[in-house]
Amino acid sequence: MNAPTYNFAYLDEQTKRMIRRAILKAIAIPGYQVPFASREMPMPYGWGTGGVQVTAAILGPEDVLKVIDQGSDDTTNAISIRKFFGKTAGVATTTSTTDATVIQTRHRIPEASLHAGQVLVYQVPIPEPLRFLEPRETETRRMHALAEYGLMHVKLYEDIARFGHIATAYAYPVKVNARYVMDPSPTPKFDNPKMDNCAALQLFGAGREKRIYAIPPYTTVVSLDFEDHPFTRYRFNAPCALCGADNSYLDEIVTDDKGGRMFVCSDTDFCEQRQAAGHHGTESAAPHKEKAHV
Amino acid sequence: MSELASLDNDQPLLVADGLAKNYGRLAACRDVSFALYPGEVLAIVGESGSGKSTLLQLLSAQLAPSAGRVSYRMRDGVLRDLAELGEAERRFLFRTDWGFVHQDPAQGLRMGVSAGANVGERLMAVGWNHYGRIRDTASTWLERVEIDVGRIDDAPKTYSGGMRQRLQIARNLVTEPRLVFMDEPTGGLDVSVQARLLDLMRNLVSELGLAAIVVTHDLAVARLLSHRVMVMKGGRVIETGLTDQVLDDPREPYTQLLVSSILPP
Repeated sequence: MNAPTYNFAYLDEQTKRMIRRAILKAIAIPGYQVPFASREMPMPYGWGTGGVQVTAAILGPEDVLKVIDQGSDDTTNAISIRKFFGKTAGVATTTSTTDATVIQTRHRIPEASLHAGQVLVYQVPIPEPLRFLEPRETETRRMHALAEYGLMHVKLYEDIARFGHIATAYAYPVKVNARYVMDPSPTPKFDNPKMDNCAALQLFGAGREKRIYAIPPYTTVVSLDFEDHPFTRYRFNAPCALCGADNSYLDEIVTDDKGGRMFVCSDTDFCEQRQAAGHHGTESAAPHKEKAHV
Repeated sequence: MSELASLDNDQPLLVADGLAKNYGRLAACRDVSFALYPGEVLAIVGESGSGKSTLLQLLSAQLAPSAGRVSYRMRDGVLRDLAELGEAERRFLFRTDWGFVHQDPAQGLRMGVSAGANVGERLMAVGWNHYGRIRDTASTWLERVEIDVGRIDDAPKTYSGGMRQRLQIARNLVTEPRLVFMDEPTGGLDVSVQARLLDLMRNLVSELGLAAIVVTHDLAVARLLSHRVMVMKGGRVIETGLTDQVLDDPREPYTQLLVSSILPP
């Protein structure tokens, strides 16, 4: 923290106020996409420029920040954003879900349930759930305004007609507070139920598309479906190879070129906590076991 | 609903009153007035540039008129000025009680999604939430418009021109509208396909008791489908009457020219 050439949390105060106004409006109208004057950030679009701006706008000196990418605290994107705010805001960072006050995430919602007072900030590539069916922005806005959401079911219908079940596995559309249909960012649909009635505030920032939207705490979030094809979660049918968890979302990791693979929790913090508490995985937990025996 | 419709058959479904549309100094359409009754098919004929399509857009509330108004009898029996409907109401009307068959099926269909979803979209838009029932209804409609049900999961971009047009009709009729607008429905199809399509439309219109407004430059289409004909020239209606009467005994010189320009069979 030598040479404070940056304003606190990188963005200037006027920009932060502009973003906060957008956030307040988004919270007031759950699921509605609020346009905002997205800034250039020192990272490429697609790396979380929207999430970073939202985080910068809400971060205070007392906050504890956690950043995850695909559930992991130790990927390039997560580490660089964590370092970025460590440097420009001097805030404390953590990998623990429960200790964090602000969690910026890409593609996952942590396994540990969130508590009141926490803020979950999502990085969103394409905020418009109707985009691939209706390319005109003027038209999709009108459809949102008039709550004309038949088209969203056309997408689900196509899934069933083609694959026999709703094959959409991520960015699964939800209806927020019985009004707006929203894209939950590319989180796996496994995470959708966690958004419903969540104690934490959920903010969504799309930097390239210049949109912010929000789900206030304790808001109903319903995944769209058909009566005869109800929404179902999906996870690989295996326990985590490292911690043995059978209820967490799993990543499939290829271990050799002979078809070997293992399934591990995508949420690294959750997995580590369980291992520290003495839970062990099955056969593939060899490296961990070795450590334990030394 | 059907008993209500039959009760009100002597009251007009759609009333146009002094409709006009100007584009700057160009009057695309002037002083058009008529009433359309339930179950009636009206053909609007005329050459290119005579204002037919503009009139159709005015009638279906896609264009705001420069003067005059269009009223429509809603399902509750009340005649309402279309210009006074809110956008939500107008759009709801457009996808439930009305149909619009475009000349180019690509405008009326979603070319990238399956035929079943194309037919089912309107149902889902009015809140149908049961996949099985949506699909059954879609199959029934594909059968009614003579499309092989085995092709329900194919996208219309794999369909022939005639099939696309029939699919567009099915997509429009699935919510049992009372009024269908058609803009050159047989344009660009070869003669045998046209004949089949006309035959199909004639049956559907009479089975369902549909009212329809058909814009066409093809007098054969008008003769086969419509009960009444309006002849347009330079944005004005110059002659109107029963189809047979107008086509067999045209009064206006222009209509005579139009009728005589058809090759004798």
